[in-house]
Amino acid sequence: MTSLLEDLAQNYNPISAPDFVPACHTQELQFTRLKSIVRRAYDHGDLFRARMQERDLTPEDIRSLDDVSLLPFTVKADLRDTYPFGLLTSPMSEVVRLHVSSGTTGKPIVVAYTKEDVNVWTNVMARSFAACGLNHGDIIQNAYGYGLFTGGLGAHYGAEELGATVIPISGGHTDRQIMIMCDFHVTAICCTPSYFIHLIDHARGMGIDMHDLPIRVGIFGAEPWTDSMRKRIEQDAGIQAFDIYGLSEITGPGVAIECPYHNGLHIFEDHFYPEIVDPDTGETLPDGAEGELVLTTLSKKAMPMIRYRTRDITTLIGGRCPCGRTLRRMRRVGRRSDDMFIIRGINVFPSQVETALLAVEGTLPHYQIILTRAGGLDEMEVKVEVTPEVFSDRVGSMENLAKKLDHELERTIGLRAAVRLVRPNTLERSEGKAKRVDDRRNLDE
Amino acid sequence: MKIHQLSLFLENEPGQVLGVCRTLRDAGIDIRALTVADAQEFGILRLIVSDWQAAAKILTDAGNIVNTTEVVAVEVPNRPGGLTDLLELLEGSGINIEYIYTHTFGQGDRAVLICRFDDADRAIERLQSSSINVLAPVEIYAGGG
Repeated sequence: MTSLLEDLAQNYNPISAPDFVPACHTQELQFTRLKSIVRRAYDHGDLFRARMQERDLTPEDIRSLDDVSLLPFTVKADLRDTYPFGLLTSPMSEVVRLHVSSGTTGKPIVVAYTKEDVNVWTNVMARSFAACGLNHGDIIQNAYGYGLFTGGLGAHYGAEELGATVIPISGGHTDRQIMIMCDFHVTAICCTPSYFIHLIDHARGMGIDMHDLPIRVGIFGAEPWTDSMRKRIEQDAGIQAFDIYGLSEITGPGVAIECPYHNGLHIFEDHFYPEIVDPDTGETLPDGAEGELVLTTLSKKAMPMIRYRTRDITTLIGGRCPCGRTLRRMRRVGRRSDDMFIIRGINVFPSQVETALLAVEGTLPHYQIILTRAGGLDEMEVKVEVTPEVFSDRVGSMENLAKKLDHELERTIGLRAAVRLVRPNTLERSEGKAKRVDDRRNLDE
Repeated sequence: MKIHQLSLFLENEPGQVLGVCRTLRDAGIDIRALTVADAQEFGILRLIVSDWQAAAKILTDAGNIVNTTEVVAVEVPNRPGGLTDLLELLEGSGINIEYIYTHTFGQGDRAVLICRFDDADRAIERLQSSSINVLAPVEIYAGGG
């Protein structure tokens, strides 16, 4: 690594200025913004106000940044329960964008943005790209899905704000991805890490070695991946791989990003206030302690999230990073405090699988979800024990059952899963409780 | 005149039929006829046994899913056109054969077919009225030959 000053001199982008201000300035800004967001949520958010009143709290009780720990949590179920617009604190006439993501029981959750919210998101995404060493002149292939998923449009706006050239290719069409990567002299790509591994392998099959292409940066997120996977990607493609973190409830991608030192992800603290809490007691833990990441949106107008429980387990790292950024970092997320898993960028809860099985069979059969990774692509198999109620001596009926289960799962989750019928009592049960998810994706391979 | 057939769900893996056979052997139950219908991912084993009630119980106890279906054992002449004659009797009746397989023991110049009709009662009536021999349960369960 070059020295900090050399680094800054070469790579500094004015858009990243807030990343480098002294921590005390950031904290002042956070406190000012916290007070105003609590006021906004209290005045315009029925659920938040009711919870504050239950605790005998008013916005005036927030007298320091530490008082954030007095505030009630928000959880994913709140978004589902108030579907679609119950948490909006802006009139629809000020909302310019709606995104939708998967919920816990098959019901989606909706997130809303005012023009200002989109601008904040665009800003943090542009700062994310800048932290990865990208600038105007770079050609970014954006292979995140465009549409209801926040990944595509979030990265798109940020890349344009940076002044880079963005190719809005979206996901899929692997042959075309490779062709464009070659022909357009792409220098950076955004997608899920598993899809990029698929791209590397596919390119090889076409006789293309990514080492020979101008691509030098990959920004990967929307699913868990490890440092070993990073090593493999970097070796096999000759690029530098960056982890990006985000969630729709907070804004989408761009909540936190790695810098070239790859020692945790810098959280854009001026807009997203992070805390670590004990996932069981909800008690706030100090920097350095492992626990559940809780985020408060400090600037969000349309749908503020106060102390949102992300369910992601991590640690906050304080102090200045060798890159010069003063923004606190979070360790890469390796696990979650609930049983949700992420496959191909889609959040899946076992309860969604249960909803689908129930819809077809009427009663809930024993089942197990098996996640595997083959050739860089994640696959999901659902083993379902056959019950006397659904068993028939006719092959056609059984094949129909499997087909219906396939269809219902795809409808509920938005992802094709292979359903396999198995004999009763063959799935593993521990202490009477079935082990619902068997994640065999070796994230270290 | 209907006989009871047991159906079991099998996974498409080695040793699945063996497990069922062992369970029946240990209980001294004889298999009179069997067929496996195979799909891509699973199979359905259909059995006619010497004591279907006892077999259903012990196979269920052994952790299997056992479905009981009423099927019909029909005798046909063991010569070219034997089955054709039988099917022609059913032609135009609207009775559908869901599946059909042959019995394990021979009856000299006669063959015995196990048929699953969508309407077993009407099928039996129609066959018997045409002097086709529909075997009684006891003939099948007790075995011959």
